[in-house]
Amino acid sequence: MLHCKKLTCVHEDRIIFNDLSFTVAPGAIVQVEGANGAGKTSLFRLLVGLASPSAGAVFWQGKAISTVRDSFHQQLLYIGHKTAVKAELTALENLQFFQKMQVSHGELNLWDILAKVGLAGYEDITTSQLSAGQQRRVALARLWLNNCPLWVLDEPFAALDKLGIAVLERLFIKHAQAGGMVLLTTHQDLTIDCSLLSKIVLTDAAGNSYV
Amino acid sequence: MQRVTHMFNAFLQVVSKELKGAFRHPSDILNPIWFFVIVVTLFPLAIGSDPALLKRIAPGIIWVAALLAALLSFERLFKDDFIDGTLEQLMLTPFPLAWLVCAKVFAHWLLTGLPVLLVSPLLALFLALDTETYTALFLTLLIGTPILSLLGAIGVALTVGLRKGGILLSLIMLPLSIPILIFSTMAIDAAAYGQSYLGLLALLAAMLVAAITLAPFAIAASLRVSVS
Repeated sequence: MLHCKKLTCVHEDRIIFNDLSFTVAPGAIVQVEGANGAGKTSLFRLLVGLASPSAGAVFWQGKAISTVRDSFHQQLLYIGHKTAVKAELTALENLQFFQKMQVSHGELNLWDILAKVGLAGYEDITTSQLSAGQQRRVALARLWLNNCPLWVLDEPFAALDKLGIAVLERLFIKHAQAGGMVLLTTHQDLTIDCSLLSKIVLTDAAGNSYV
Repeated sequence: MQRVTHMFNAFLQVVSKELKGAFRHPSDILNPIWFFVIVVTLFPLAIGSDPALLKRIAPGIIWVAALLAALLSFERLFKDDFIDGTLEQLMLTPFPLAWLVCAKVFAHWLLTGLPVLLVSPLLALFLALDTETYTALFLTLLIGTPILSLLGAIGVALTVGLRKGGILLSLIMLPLSIPILIFSTMAIDAAAYGQSYLGLLALLAAMLVAAITLAPFAIAASLRVSVS
């Protein structure tokens, strides 16, 4: 369970959001909405611990994430705007690296996973030669090769085609039904069943509202 | 015990990824080495080929050239990782960032420090160094270049988020490397006069140990500041 208590984010004397509190329970898909510049990415960077909030704290299983950093990161999968896909390595090599950096990794067949994200036949091409959408797919392939309960995905659908989005939505539902948590930002309308999906709306003003 | 295995595995993964990436773009490794060789060969052309004079100033030339070549190579240490998001992901692994940073610096030394060591016999030949002096030069480079990589990594970590960090990096990095330069050239001078230079090497080695134990934490902290 991820819990945020009175988070405040200040950027160069400008308040991005203020007193933001919410809880993400197992089985939830949370979509963070807001206009450009409303602080979606800033919020996610606070949630995963890449930045520290000006006030408030983030709690994982009841403990502040700064005190349980290693075990929190073991259970977290974060894919940001920057996909961390190395341009000079092939899709397969990128994926191998991500797989081997995990503490517990099963013997998954990476070729199958690349086929699932529609990259069959592109395994041995350096990712610099792939299109933006295909590079994003390489990053998203990580969703299949981990067993982290918490997924934090910043604009996962950027540059993806409709088919890719449908595949991802099905994966999110499956993950949530298995007790996982998904936090994502997107400007797309999700076709996910309302009982699973909840929304956090970041407004431009200093206040904030939830749905 | 299992955690230790995982940590070593992560170290190896980072090193092998760095090497793989670098060998796809060999110019990144070759350019600083070329620069090193060319700078050193310019000196005989500019000040004349009197062997006695060259022999006297050779250690200084080689060391300064190695320092400048190292400066050229630092940018690639974290810049690409910062731009493509790899750095963020390294911070989100269950391993200590300081440890992974060690792997990155080690890979960097393999790609830039080691080649300097390998071409140094050639340059010793250019500059008419005798075997005794060359041995001292080699030993100081062997101990000194890893220190340069570690110090440079602190500088890069501090400046990686800046748009034009290159000049700032040199300004941070060059003064920090003065002690290494002084002790290395002192050791080489002592060797040239046939004196024992073991004490000076031991001092350099002490600096290396201090750098290995302390620098990774400084680098990790600086990176966290740069990324957030």
